[in-house]
Amino acid sequence: MPSSRLQDNSSMLSGTIVPIRRHEPGTQPDYLYPAYRATRLRAPSQPLIFLPHTLSEVTGPVFGHSGIHPHDQDLTLQHAGEPLGERIIVRGRVLDGDGHAVSNSLIEIWQANAAGRYSHRKDDHPAPLDPNFSGTGRTLTDNDGFYSFVTIKPGAYPWRNHDNAWRPAHIHFSLFGPAFVTRLITQMYFPGDPLFAYDPILQSIPDERARQRLVSRFDMETTKPEWALGYRFDIVLRGRESTPFEK
Amino acid sequence: MDLTPTPSQTVGPYLHLGLTDARSISRIANDGARGERLWLTFRLLDGDGVLVPDALIELWQADSEGNYAPQESSADSTAFIGFGRLATADDGSCTFETIRPGCVPGPGETVQAPHINVSILGRGLLKRLSTRVYFAGEPANAADPVLTLVPENRRATLLAQPDPARTSNWIFHVHLRGEGETVFFDV
Repeated sequence: MPSSRLQDNSSMLSGTIVPIRRHEPGTQPDYLYPAYRATRLRAPSQPLIFLPHTLSEVTGPVFGHSGIHPHDQDLTLQHAGEPLGERIIVRGRVLDGDGHAVSNSLIEIWQANAAGRYSHRKDDHPAPLDPNFSGTGRTLTDNDGFYSFVTIKPGAYPWRNHDNAWRPAHIHFSLFGPAFVTRLITQMYFPGDPLFAYDPILQSIPDERARQRLVSRFDMETTKPEWALGYRFDIVLRGRESTPFEK
Repeated sequence: MDLTPTPSQTVGPYLHLGLTDARSISRIANDGARGERLWLTFRLLDGDGVLVPDALIELWQADSEGNYAPQESSADSTAFIGFGRLATADDGSCTFETIRPGCVPGPGETVQAPHINVSILGRGLLKRLSTRVYFAGEPANAADPVLTLVPENRRATLLAQPDPARTSNWIFHVHLRGEGETVFFDV
């Protein structure tokens, strides 16, 4: 492999590393959030060690571009019949923290079915499985950072975190972005869900405004007449530190 | 529009559905890749020393000459991919096949010792944990600019150890919390 390929990397400017911007306090959850019980044995107890970014942090994989089928972004077309439940369209745009579109980048999603049951061997919630719904999708963002999925609105479901614990309806989203440290896995929620206040996973985000960023909004523009309601969910990945070259 | 990055949330216990059932990568280096071939086994333990069966491990590493795969190439089609991801099995472990990375330039005139960048996600992890795998016995470790940021008594947590039972196999224990806790980085 020619060593000159490093110079092709957009994270390098005149041989200098341009670091990825750090998060503002309160805008991401901490590792330890005791109300979410599983964090008590899995969150580190020692302080993290601050790592100034090197080539290892500002580069990242280009992953998942091949083998994406048209049905991968329409979760209602993956089986012989149509899944039960409320058909929806989820559409949005992926930007970085500088407002640039994150284009041609993989998004992977997974979710429960309309009854609140995952098609997963370890989900034992006594709600019906739907033979016509797997609940997994993937797509690439377009040149302007837009994506869309057609799916079924997932149901809420119980979990054993505390007495009478229920997860608000959500869709898991996985994104890569341009660097190993821009990797993001999150959950999208639906507007007005009465379970928000009781959900320690959503409530683990200290900043109220940051928390609201995980709630999609009903979008009449995305809604298709006689067919499906639309929800808009925009996602922002970390941008780069500004440099003298950019200002 | 508000450009504050979107908050992270846990992958939950059913991460396999969306991530690894269809798209695991256990081979970071395919047959054509040059370098010293090795197998790296992760074993993940929680604060009670119990094995963690519902986590995701993602790796990103340089090739044997210390170059990261360029953004222009696709990770799906080359001999050296540089990226791997696996879910931990019921016994809390997973094994990648790769090659030993080369040294990577560090800040200033420094040189980073061969290392593999690690992301850990899982049920009970509200956001990614970041760590690095270095190789025990590697002479370049002594001058590595990242290892030297780590208190000396915790550096060993970042060293993969050769498996005495199998040549070319390395083992890396991740202790998420408590006794022998692995060093995690703020990236």
